[in-house]
Amino acid sequence: MAYEFEQALVDLRERIDSMESELKNGAPDDAAQELQSLRSELDRQTADVFANLSPWDRVQLARHPQRPRTLDFIRYAFTDFVELHGDRHYGDDLAIVGGPARLGDTPVMVVGHQKGKDAKDNQLRNFGMAHPEGFRKARRLMQQAEKFRLPLFTFLDIPGASPFLADEERGQAWAIAENLLTMSQLRTPIIVTVIGEGGSGGALALGIGDRVLMLEFSMYSVASPEGAASIVWKDAKLAPEAAGSLKPFAQDLKELGIIHRVVPEPVGGAHVDPRGAAQDLKAALVEELAALQKFPAPKLVERRYEIYRSLGVVAP
Amino acid sequence: MIYLAEFAQNAHVCPKCGHHARLNARKRVEYLLDAGTFAERDGDMRSQDILEFARPDRSYDQKLADEADKSGIPEAVIYGTGAIHDQAVVLAVIDTNFFMATMGSVVGEKITRAIELATATQTPLVIVSASAGARMEEGMFSLMQMAKTSAALARLHEARLLYVSVLTDPTLAGVTASFATLADVIVAEPQATIGFTGPRLIEQITHAKLPAGTHSAEFMLERGMVDCIVPRSDLRRTLARLIGLYSPPMPNFHTDGVPPLNGGPHAESVL
Repeated sequence: MAYEFEQALVDLRERIDSMESELKNGAPDDAAQELQSLRSELDRQTADVFANLSPWDRVQLARHPQRPRTLDFIRYAFTDFVELHGDRHYGDDLAIVGGPARLGDTPVMVVGHQKGKDAKDNQLRNFGMAHPEGFRKARRLMQQAEKFRLPLFTFLDIPGASPFLADEERGQAWAIAENLLTMSQLRTPIIVTVIGEGGSGGALALGIGDRVLMLEFSMYSVASPEGAASIVWKDAKLAPEAAGSLKPFAQDLKELGIIHRVVPEPVGGAHVDPRGAAQDLKAALVEELAALQKFPAPKLVERRYEIYRSLGVVAP
Repeated sequence: MIYLAEFAQNAHVCPKCGHHARLNARKRVEYLLDAGTFAERDGDMRSQDILEFARPDRSYDQKLADEADKSGIPEAVIYGTGAIHDQAVVLAVIDTNFFMATMGSVVGEKITRAIELATATQTPLVIVSASAGARMEEGMFSLMQMAKTSAALARLHEARLLYVSVLTDPTLAGVTASFATLADVIVAEPQATIGFTGPRLIEQITHAKLPAGTHSAEFMLERGMVDCIVPRSDLRRTLARLIGLYSPPMPNFHTDGVPPLNGGPHAESVL
């Protein structure tokens, strides 16, 4: 599927793909020339579309169903991943995945929200809306990271924490709060990356770190644009308007000092080249980890406190 | 029919049905603390329209000014020092009369300062919480107050200090999912609505009516989420008792070499 703003690009890519396979099967010489011109047309149009994205286009990009998910980034940027399951209290939440893995040669812990790839997968994963047991599984893995001195990498991609009565009954708020407390004191480096949709408290529950990165076309917001629109404008349909006002995009949040680094995505967005996006992110993660490893654990925790202590704008 | 004077004298609790009406912050302080002991701090702290948020009706600055006029307080929380039955406390009280007690930078900052003050002075901390949710106009600065307050509480717990959280009607969303629940003892007022996603929002999302009583303090007590429900008339006495019980004549952990705990409120509770 494609969104309106990228439909022309998707059509062009399809034409290029089919022409490439024709060429392989021995198409006439002028086809090669036409292919060349289609490719430069694609580059030109991509640059044009991405230079003029509206806030709502950006929201759609961050939520793009083909966008690489946590498990894709783990597959392409890490090795030796062993997925661990369960919170040891209630169940296993497939909307959060995690376990030990290697980044280069370094053993690390990875934890992230996981949206589904298709309708069936989304049913299993509750559309990525994590339950309390997911946050508690994440906390268990965070504590393992500290115990074994593994640097912790988290990946944020959640529309919002699961908003149903059953989640209330199992202590959704309590589970999120415990994670905030745990992460703020964890004696190991934490590097957070927002890879898609960083939705509110459910995102923050994996989101406290020494460095917070965002992929170029991800978003991170106090509420969904729909939620904010229904609160402020009393009309969820005004979400596109709210999207601009909330300033939820990577570059905005870097400028506001909420996050620390924007990781550029492949031309056309991460969903066009998931492997390339993961390789670029891996390079950034390796660099960030090297910088953090200079700090002894107590210094790291103190530094982390100062990072969050300074967030907020008040007068006088 | 009940008389307003009787209602006010009864701490805004209906003498007939026991309904706990929402109480403004100044009244709450008056009911909880020993007379004349409250010393407010940072009373003039104000929010700023950092995002230049395009509200439909009036600017955020104007909205803040209107809320201050309406509620008689400059932001949704007041805090300071005082005494309950001659025992020193740091007290913060959140007031729904100001902007439905939504959490922005000022709420987060004042709560954090209250926590830090309690930690620095080794004083028990009481926070009376309420909130309808995040302050949309402050965007991600609002969300980050959850992180800031929780980090400050981690330090308070590490210093082995008591924090009693009082949940009042309604305590929802980011406030519940941060400082309001990271306490040694969670006390709730009768019938208070408590949770992450509130009942009305769940009904909107699921297009189904919820049974009566979900999210009430009683519902949360049954599910193990709060320690006890205390009527407003008993709150002061209960807090005094808890502070006394959790302040045994202990050696000074900062000077006699006993290492601090790591692990937050649950580790505290096994002591």
